[in-house]
Amino acid sequence: MIRDHFRVLVLNLSTGKGQIVQLDGRNTEAGGSGLAALLFNKYGLPERPWNDAEQPVIFAIGPLTGYFPLMSKTVCSFKSPYHNQYTESHAGGRSALSLCFANLDALVITGKAERLCCVNVSSRSIAIKDVSFMKGMEVDESGKILRSMSTGSGHRTILRIGPAGESGAAMANINVDTYRHFGRLGGGAALGVKNCKAIIIHGDAIFPQPDNKEYAKLFAKVYQQVTATDMMKKYHNLGTPANLQGLDDIQSLPWRNLQATSDPAISQINGERFATDNLLRNSACSGCPVGCIHVGCVREMFDADHRYTFKQVAYDYEMIFSLGTMLGVTETRSVLNILDVMEKVGLDAISGGVALAWATEATEKELISEKETTVKLSFGEAEAYQQASEMLGNGANDFYRLLGQGSLKAAAEYGGADFACVLGQEMAGYATGEVFFAAQSLGFRHSHLDSGAYSYDQKHSDQDITGAVDFLISDEAGRAFMTSMVSCLFARGVYKNELLADCLNSVGYPELAAGIDPIGIHIQKLRWQTRIATGFIPEGITIPKRFFKIKTWKGAIDPHYLNALKSEYGKAIMNLAGA
Amino acid sequence: MKKLTAPRIDRCIGCHSCSLACARLVHKQISWDTAGIRIKSSGGLTTGFKANHCLACDPAPCADACPTGAFSRRKGGGIIVKKKLCINCGDCVAACPIDAVFQDHSGAVYVCIHCGRCVEFCPHNCLEMEDVKTSINAEEKT
Repeated sequence: MIRDHFRVLVLNLSTGKGQIVQLDGRNTEAGGSGLAALLFNKYGLPERPWNDAEQPVIFAIGPLTGYFPLMSKTVCSFKSPYHNQYTESHAGGRSALSLCFANLDALVITGKAERLCCVNVSSRSIAIKDVSFMKGMEVDESGKILRSMSTGSGHRTILRIGPAGESGAAMANINVDTYRHFGRLGGGAALGVKNCKAIIIHGDAIFPQPDNKEYAKLFAKVYQQVTATDMMKKYHNLGTPANLQGLDDIQSLPWRNLQATSDPAISQINGERFATDNLLRNSACSGCPVGCIHVGCVREMFDADHRYTFKQVAYDYEMIFSLGTMLGVTETRSVLNILDVMEKVGLDAISGGVALAWATEATEKELISEKETTVKLSFGEAEAYQQASEMLGNGANDFYRLLGQGSLKAAAEYGGADFACVLGQEMAGYATGEVFFAAQSLGFRHSHLDSGAYSYDQKHSDQDITGAVDFLISDEAGRAFMTSMVSCLFARGVYKNELLADCLNSVGYPELAAGIDPIGIHIQKLRWQTRIATGFIPEGITIPKRFFKIKTWKGAIDPHYLNALKSEYGKAIMNLAGA
Repeated sequence: MKKLTAPRIDRCIGCHSCSLACARLVHKQISWDTAGIRIKSSGGLTTGFKANHCLACDPAPCADACPTGAFSRRKGGGIIVKKKLCINCGDCVAACPIDAVFQDHSGAVYVCIHCGRCVEFCPHNCLEMEDVKTSINAEEKT
């Protein structure tokens, strides 16, 4: 696996044939984000639409995958059905180590299968199976069948899409091993348009351990830091839901379609409450001993004679925001029940929840009615949201099909763009202030993890446009390097540059170790150039009025500051890309 | 004499740290497979995990099946491995009732030698080294 080039499987679903490609660039594009951009530039068609059969869907890992703890993520890149531009989505589960042990740095899916299919790959095999019988099948059901159709239990990843992906919803996800997802910006539809229901990767290759004593020592040191110190405690204990209370306390948690930024009801659905009432167990991505996956349990009596069923749903901060506070749902079990439906239909739960929040306010304002939504949407009415989630995932009527393309698409038809909580895509759960709003609006993935803007907001009450933009640009470069390794970004406090350099040296990548900062900047630039080539312009993104009307811990949002930040950040992005 | 046990496998989070540690530290490899302990779900990720490892049978059927003495009985159960004697026949793999012996594509076999190197890498303390009796199968002796 340690090699001076990339080893990539390019699999064409139109022909059913694969090709192993050796590609230069290990010391410049590194892997992960860098490799994904390199591959899109080689196989992507910037001028053609996202649903052109020849567009690639790319899965890439990095030079440290499998060699160190928390190097456990995969980058999926594709032309997004949401904005028809190049994007990335990241996920863990077993996907990264499966690719590693399939002896691949990346898997590129091109073409379109004649019928719904499942791709099976290992280090010694390639097969494309007809799974027409899975048409419209929900994610949990297809997972059970796919498990029985393939070998390698425990040492494989099973990626699959639900009905949302098959029907082309721009907020359809790719489910990874039940509890993780390539969630945002419509990767599910990018696979769906290729008639690709699932990808199973069996990691059966064996590599020699790096031949030096330093590697074993370093592994033990990193392992100790991530398990025996407080550095990862936040993710290990309550997990990301611990942030709910804290953000509500500083008036930065979106409630009821961002009509408020705090609410006393937070005590009913904060991290502590989920852990106490619903946490069933923890789970982990392969290669990560932290185990940040929090699996919640809901027990339901479905018949009066005490007949019960139960659901196991993995929850995080973002889903509690999007399906809880954003929808005014304040019972933990109700949040998990809605999330369970989102999972089954294969929708990104953040985007889906925020879109339903818009639909609820649009209902309040009588822009839409049950004629469109079928069920009466009202903040706090969890049952209706479960039904609406199912209809959204299945594209049950014209309204839900349009909403599945994004809240602003629906608002263009029905009105209500002012209160659509969209920052490039449906917002992440941080109403921390101007810097985050500008950052998510223009961020490469429109993700709260593109940069530490939400954290910057919480530490700075001053208005320093240059300082903030410099921070966003430089922080993104560092993260671009991390997502090229490919590290879980939860480990960014552990993997500082010095440690990353030691790790890279110990496995035999001295050039990467010596060039972390410039390589990060190069990858950041390459990603932006790739996105710009597919149509990105900062002026194409507007921040809806709702974001200008809220109050955070710093007081009312300053519209001049927010507009200036967005403008300057946009210029800085175009400058760094040389556009 | 000690043997590896997994008394708290219900706590397993599926991180594979034990398998990866065994492959790395015992077999000098980076692999999920070439390890004396291998983790898999017990029927899908919603059902928790199970650990495939040698249970230190006494007598060990894999040792009895081995035609060359590469696997021989260890006092107290389990086996002693002499890799140089192995001819990669795979008879031990077939003899193991719990699929604890892994054979790679080249024919080399991997089984737990109860060294305990994996134990410290389990973040949830699922694994434990347990003392075993050191007399070879008392009944058999008598």
